Amino acid sequence: MSGPAMPKANAETLRNRADIVADMRIIVPGEGVVDTANEMRAFESDGLTAYRQMPLVVVLPETTAQVSRILKYCHERNIRVVPRGSGTSLSGGALPLEDAVLLVMSRFNRILDIDFANRAVVAQPGVTNLGITHAVEHEGFYYAPDPSSQIACSIGGNVAENSGGVHCLKYGLTANNVLGIEMVLINGDVVRLGGKHLDAEGYDLLGLMTGSEGLLGVVTEVTVRILQKPETARALLIGFPSSEEAGLCVAEIIGAGIIPGGMEMMDGPAIRAAEDFVHAGYPLDVEALLIVELDGPQAEVDHLIERVETIAKRNGATTSRASTSDEERAVFWAGRKAAFPAAGRISPDYYCMDGTIPRKALPRVLAGMRALSEKYGLRVANVFHAGDGNLHPLILYDANKPGELENAEAFGADILRLCVEVGGVLTGEHGVGVEKRDLMPEMFTEADLNQQIRVKCAFDPNHLLNPGKVFPQLHRCAELGRMHIHRGQVPFPDLERF
Amino acid sequence: MTDFTPSNAEEVLEIVQWTVGEEEPIEIVGHGSKRSIGHAVQAAHTLDLSRLAGITLYEPEELVLSARAGTPLAEIEAELARNRQEFAFEPMDYAPLLGREAGRGTIGGLLSANLAGPRRIKSGAARDHVLGVHAVSGRGEGFKSGGRVVKNVTGYDLSKGLAGAWGTLAVTTDVTFKVLPAAETETTLCISGLDDAEAAAAMAMAMGSSAEVSAAAHLPEGVVGRFLEGGLQNGAQTVLRVEGFGPSVDYRIDLLFHLLKSYGAVSTIDVDQSRLLWREIRDCKPFADGTTAPVWRVSVAPSQGHLLVDAFRRAAGANTFYDWQGGLVWMRMEADPEAEVLRKLIAHFGGGHATLVRAPETVKAGTPVFEPQPPALAALSARLKEQFDPKNLLNPGRMAFT
Repeated sequence: MSGPAMPKANAETLRNRADIVADMRIIVPGEGVVDTANEMRAFESDGLTAYRQMPLVVVLPETTAQVSRILKYCHERNIRVVPRGSGTSLSGGALPLEDAVLLVMSRFNRILDIDFANRAVVAQPGVTNLGITHAVEHEGFYYAPDPSSQIACSIGGNVAENSGGVHCLKYGLTANNVLGIEMVLINGDVVRLGGKHLDAEGYDLLGLMTGSEGLLGVVTEVTVRILQKPETARALLIGFPSSEEAGLCVAEIIGAGIIPGGMEMMDGPAIRAAEDFVHAGYPLDVEALLIVELDGPQAEVDHLIERVETIAKRNGATTSRASTSDEERAVFWAGRKAAFPAAGRISPDYYCMDGTIPRKALPRVLAGMRALSEKYGLRVANVFHAGDGNLHPLILYDANKPGELENAEAFGADILRLCVEVGGVLTGEHGVGVEKRDLMPEMFTEADLNQQIRVKCAFDPNHLLNPGKVFPQLHRCAELGRMHIHRGQVPFPDLERF
Repeated sequence: MTDFTPSNAEEVLEIVQWTVGEEEPIEIVGHGSKRSIGHAVQAAHTLDLSRLAGITLYEPEELVLSARAGTPLAEIEAELARNRQEFAFEPMDYAPLLGREAGRGTIGGLLSANLAGPRRIKSGAARDHVLGVHAVSGRGEGFKSGGRVVKNVTGYDLSKGLAGAWGTLAVTTDVTFKVLPAAETETTLCISGLDDAEAAAAMAMAMGSSAEVSAAAHLPEGVVGRFLEGGLQNGAQTVLRVEGFGPSVDYRIDLLFHLLKSYGAVSTIDVDQSRLLWREIRDCKPFADGTTAPVWRVSVAPSQGHLLVDAFRRAAGANTFYDWQGGLVWMRMEADPEAEVLRKLIAHFGGGHATLVRAPETVKAGTPVFEPQPPALAALSARLKEQFDPKNLLNPGRMAFT
């Protein structure tokens, strides 16, 4: 795939490559600089494998001081930098650039402080999401956000992408679970935001940094909130003749004041693909399947399981099973968790989308998707974080058939346009990256995007950090700085004034 | 000197554009319930948003509510209560502490001040629940950010950027918030007679348990009589709130009782009194005394709060109580605020911040109300301000960057 157009490479940087590599070796001695094509190949793409690009050079620093020196060096010489964590981004957030240093944070892999009294862990950004939970689970604690890549994805990458997961309706996204960070700005300044205390002093720069996709600064330390694990969890597996009924059931559960730990929906094609693959015991004669997981104290979970079952029956559920053991609960989840590889079994390739919609628009969006599926001649299977409206349509295609990949991408773009049309958004948790960059104007006006770019200008006025991501066009900061002045009369002379 | 009172977003845009054209700074106000927080604004004109009011969208089963910035918070909370929902971040009402009428304040002011309450330790602050905004920057340009769905990572989260900015970056015209079901019931567990250090240990144990405690406060002897009209027992009280469905609350209170009974005499406060008590803690009732004596709101790591207070008391007289598991320290000073001493100690005890939320104007004139920032962070914040409001026209001076 050619991929979306990236910023034109800086010829001077390309010319100076040998000097830059030598200087990087001075800043990061030992094994921390990778510059041969063979070794760099491992870094040429991230989780969005359709796009590939060799970087200028790969640098793996170990200390904040090294990161600061690298960024300052690049800033002074106008060299671009692409930060990378574990490289699991599904939107191409860590896609290298030909003329950019690829700054890989994987050697920042230590947990620095475990503080149970303050329910906080301080970790270096290369520690994996699950690594944090592993470090504290002996005391019954865990880190709540659980993106499906949690075994591999890094906590620094989670901050960059504001990662979610199946439990975020109840426990929040990364932004709600990060207490503080240390970061390095492109000019080499090291800045600390937050800490073990709550709320920022001054502007909420931590809020702006979370989900900024590596365009504002490089995170070198993260402080997260840890929680005590719920005493127990039980899941319900509920089948419906249609997604409309399943959607009404979800609305009524929430209307009853119940916020499940997780609430997932699968449509007919996804159910059948998953059941064929893992034999989780899913009913095959239903068109929508809900997994509702309730967690908390035993007394609460048992109480709510009954209430949810009653609501499900009232909304036309044709099958309903409650897990009676952790093993059974794991089996309920096995099919959902294997939905992506299951799609991989029934189709040579699949393309995963990530829009979010107001839940009530689900029937309309599913109907729209069926129509689009016919138009493009491609099948689609749907898994859906039903509690928060985050859709993951899987478009099935065969990249070996000429034109089919482009067709799948056009189909995906139409699905996202449909999400925006019903009041939703382009991406719920995978990020904009390069993948959805050119769709941003579907959701934002030029003025909206300019104000976001102005935030970028406050952090990185020369657009050296991760250019070509998020924004379809990065206007020069000097251009955006001009003021449009409207001089004239006091507005509304007839308004009441005091 | 003009008092603009727009009733729609287009008028706000036009007024800010006039401000930009004439280089005439404006003070942005809703109900003015928090107007005395921060430094005095240097502006001859005011932009009064109280007529830019009304709930524009509320879908309880979608957990979402949108309103114009000047909508009274009381109106929104009443509407939510009718559907047994609420803002989970439990926004405090500063007005009584500041000598103003209780129950005022707008939704725009709530966001600008990034309000929170005792449930902050479990459910976050306004910043954690805002989903989207429409606003006008100090450049006179309208923009929107975010949306109306709870899971959204499309573009930068400017809504969070406006939370806690005290109106110095942009004028918010419309906001969208996530709302959540209100708890069916609640009970508060009360441990009597702990000193500050013992209370910190007890609260840490409770918060680290699976009892899902939604608020933890320590009320030392010096303030305890001012809650529930003197209805609490004598001596310091350490209070822990458990909320949820009836059977679950009973179960978890029992769990806490067994976990904490070795700390001291344990009793419970039932739902109505519990609700009242936490409202009083939320609104800093003991220090809402009709004076302007300096009051600090300090945020530090929970385990450090009592150590900070102990050290600070060697330098200055202060009456104190703790929320947020000990990490939110409210301090009413007997005399001067002693800002430098306090801020040095905060740095010594692992960092955090202190805001002088109440003090006579003469005292505030010589004291940074908000926590001063290290040079690199201050420079970054100033650059952000420059991008949003390059001519320093919106609430100039309030956060004292100038």
